[in-house]
Amino acid sequence: MTLIQVENLTKVYGEKIALRNIDLKIDRGDYFAVVGPSGAGKTTFLRLLDLLDEPSSGRILFDGIDTACPEEERLALRRKIGMVFQQNVMLNASVYENLAYPLRIRGMRNKIDARVNETLQLVGLTGFERRRALTLSGGEMQRVSLAQALVFEPSVLLLDEPTANLDPRNVSIIERIVSEVNRNEGATVVMATHDIAQAENTASKVAILREGSLVEAGDVGQVFSKPSEFLATFAGLWNAYPGDAVLVEDGLAVVDLGDDIRIEAATRKKGKVTVFIRPEDILLSTSPIQSSARNILKGIVTEIFDLDQLVQLKVNVGKEFAVVITKKSFKHLKLNLESQVYLTFKASSIRVL
Amino acid sequence: MDPILEGLIKAFWLLVSFDPEVYGIMFLTLRVSGIAVILGAILGVPTGATVALREFAGKRFFISMVNTMMGLPPVVVGLFVYLLLSSSGPLGPLQLLYTPTAMIIAQLTIAAPIVVGVTLSAVGSVDKAIRDKALSLGATRFQLTLTILKESRLGLVTAVILAFGAAVSEVGAVMIVGGNIRWATRVLTTAIVFETELGEFSVAIALGIILLLLAFIINWLLTQMQWSGLRR
Repeated sequence: MTLIQVENLTKVYGEKIALRNIDLKIDRGDYFAVVGPSGAGKTTFLRLLDLLDEPSSGRILFDGIDTACPEEERLALRRKIGMVFQQNVMLNASVYENLAYPLRIRGMRNKIDARVNETLQLVGLTGFERRRALTLSGGEMQRVSLAQALVFEPSVLLLDEPTANLDPRNVSIIERIVSEVNRNEGATVVMATHDIAQAENTASKVAILREGSLVEAGDVGQVFSKPSEFLATFAGLWNAYPGDAVLVEDGLAVVDLGDDIRIEAATRKKGKVTVFIRPEDILLSTSPIQSSARNILKGIVTEIFDLDQLVQLKVNVGKEFAVVITKKSFKHLKLNLESQVYLTFKASSIRVL
Repeated sequence: MDPILEGLIKAFWLLVSFDPEVYGIMFLTLRVSGIAVILGAILGVPTGATVALREFAGKRFFISMVNTMMGLPPVVVGLFVYLLLSSSGPLGPLQLLYTPTAMIIAQLTIAAPIVVGVTLSAVGSVDKAIRDKALSLGATRFQLTLTILKESRLGLVTAVILAFGAAVSEVGAVMIVGGNIRWATRVLTTAIVFETELGEFSVAIALGIILLLLAFIINWLLTQMQWSGLRR
């Protein structure tokens, strides 16, 4: 059942078109991820959903009610929506007062004590009541922000990059709480993220934004199993190459990518195709390995990027392939620039369009 | 004897002997400047907050006006209020000239722009993200304004401190509209001018020390308020 219906939504800031003709339906109980690189319009979209800003054109229906209504009615709708902002700000007061605030302004004084305690327990910050909110660490502050958005039991929870700049422990805590709230309390969740993996792991539905336009939307399984070109090159995370496919047997093709590179891919397509290989699906080794994988390419490490717990490498096998491995593997393999390495990947891990 | 040392001793003596005239002058000073600043805050804080939080044509012009008025020379204010209240002026029939009320009006004219100006900048410097957060959490426009005022409480107390400092220390305006009448409109600053003109330097210095003490006590109380508010 549709809870939020977005029709032909456009938002213009001065000269810049932040969102362009977005049509989208969000069902009650959905865990909806809005994915796109920074500047794609994710924040603008969430601010419009939270009724903080007004659309330049188009409309948003909330539970069938047009949100282009008088401010009083907008306030009533806004009070059903909780939002966690990317930029963390707290009222200059105790954690308890910060959580009491949304209840107090709703005139729900008699519920304050019970709800604040419950919510602090939910986010794992019991005992933090008297702490001054401004002295908390980034992760704790983000959890208080989440608690503030949950304390009044909203029917919709909007999250704008809720885990950007957080350490892995706090990321998993926040992801777990949001999933619980979505599952146990039936809250509809809309989360903006630039992280495809996070969207894939947490959400049930996804919309992909690029430069203010909706690229595609649907079930996570659907969208991620048939990756669009945009998704493939998104954030430079995928290897995408054009090539010529020749079927060698039913369901298996050899794709010639040029530069003397031929790879086997599980597909029925032939002729001009584009192949996609996720950097995470490539096995990296310093000597050839015996396995069932059909593709082994020899190359030289040309670039090394540190991605927190992961390391992304560029390996030249005639073309440059991006490969992602853990920091531990990186140290274990004693890799350097110019190291000779082998890339191994299965024919079935290649996506062909 | 050195006039400063003599003044110190005199100030001490005037205070401990509960000299009725000096205490009368002190209380009138507190009453006039206190009421002027309280009225200034009642008028100035909402005005400053409203202007800071709303967009309207002429906002910048208004802010420039306020900033200019923050530096109004008290003598000019005195002259203006004098013309307003003199028997031929528009408020002449009220016969307020040479009364404490006239002095309050003059000091209010000095204090209010300071409160408005400092409130404007205090409220204006509250992070815009706080506004978004309060709105998102369900605040009405009025609740939002209260929340932002609460967030800028440090600046609001600063506004009151500055306004009180300006009011209690000015002499030009109260001299013109109050007339420095003994037992009626004589405040600490006008008394100091008067004693200096008489050559009673030690009394003038004693009154100066009492004025400083008074200002310090008031500011100390306000600063306590300010910093305990910060911790809350």
